[in-house]
Amino acid sequence: MEKKKYQDIVKKYTPQEDRTYHGIVAFVIGGVMGVLGQLLLDLYANWFHLPTTDAAPFMIITLIFFASLFTSLGFFDKWVAWAKAGLIIPITGFAHSMMSAALEYKKEGFVTGIGANMFKLAGTVIIFGVVSSYLFGFIRLVIFGG
Amino acid sequence: MMLYVNSFLFAGFICLLAQIILDNTKLTPGHVTTIFVVVGAFLDTFCIYDKIILHVGGGALVPITSFGHLLIHGALARAHDFGIMGLLMGMFDLTASGIIAAIVFSFFFSLIFKAKD
Repeated sequence: MEKKKYQDIVKKYTPQEDRTYHGIVAFVIGGVMGVLGQLLLDLYANWFHLPTTDAAPFMIITLIFFASLFTSLGFFDKWVAWAKAGLIIPITGFAHSMMSAALEYKKEGFVTGIGANMFKLAGTVIIFGVVSSYLFGFIRLVIFGG
Repeated sequence: MMLYVNSFLFAGFICLLAQIILDNTKLTPGHVTTIFVVVGAFLDTFCIYDKIILHVGGGALVPITSFGHLLIHGALARAHDFGIMGLLMGMFDLTASGIIAAIVFSFFFSLIFKAKD
């Protein structure tokens, strides 16, 4: 009886996560990032007279630059905490994870700190991306002929 | 103009999907980004992601799924010329700009700025 009462009280005071709100925020912010990407693609294609496919690296570098800069200035963490998947899933999340690892381990020195820990969070993305691409690439090469 | 609407809807949909996974399971953001990269590479086994990019444009290039797509395409471009060994040669060809930019900017910004907490 005591235990049940206790659990009820705990349940009452656990902060309720509003999943609908989180979902809407992630959808809108993610969508805005997508529009931003398309906008930058068009801008670079016009400025440098590039075909749109060649402007893609320019766009990705720009997004990574601003994500790294805003993270090191300190306020991007708050944005990520608010928008969650809306900023983690775009390429900004990749840059944010590397930048925050570099900043956090800076005090442990250049080699053992920044060098050893920069890929601590982003490394899984690269490793599983490479392994799965190798497997799927192999399948596509053997079955569909490339 | 249609590309902008599609970009918004597609990128938003990917992020919404990730947020639903995050909220309803015990997976961390690291797990979710990894899953999405693998899904991006998987979709390109059947040329699906190429078609998505044709219709959606920038909105399909911004989410991390495009990372898997670029990895497999770099590998296949070399495999086209060199056969099975080519799979190991060109994987970073297309993603190099993103990875190198992230490393260089992170390194130099970490020299200039301090961690704030």
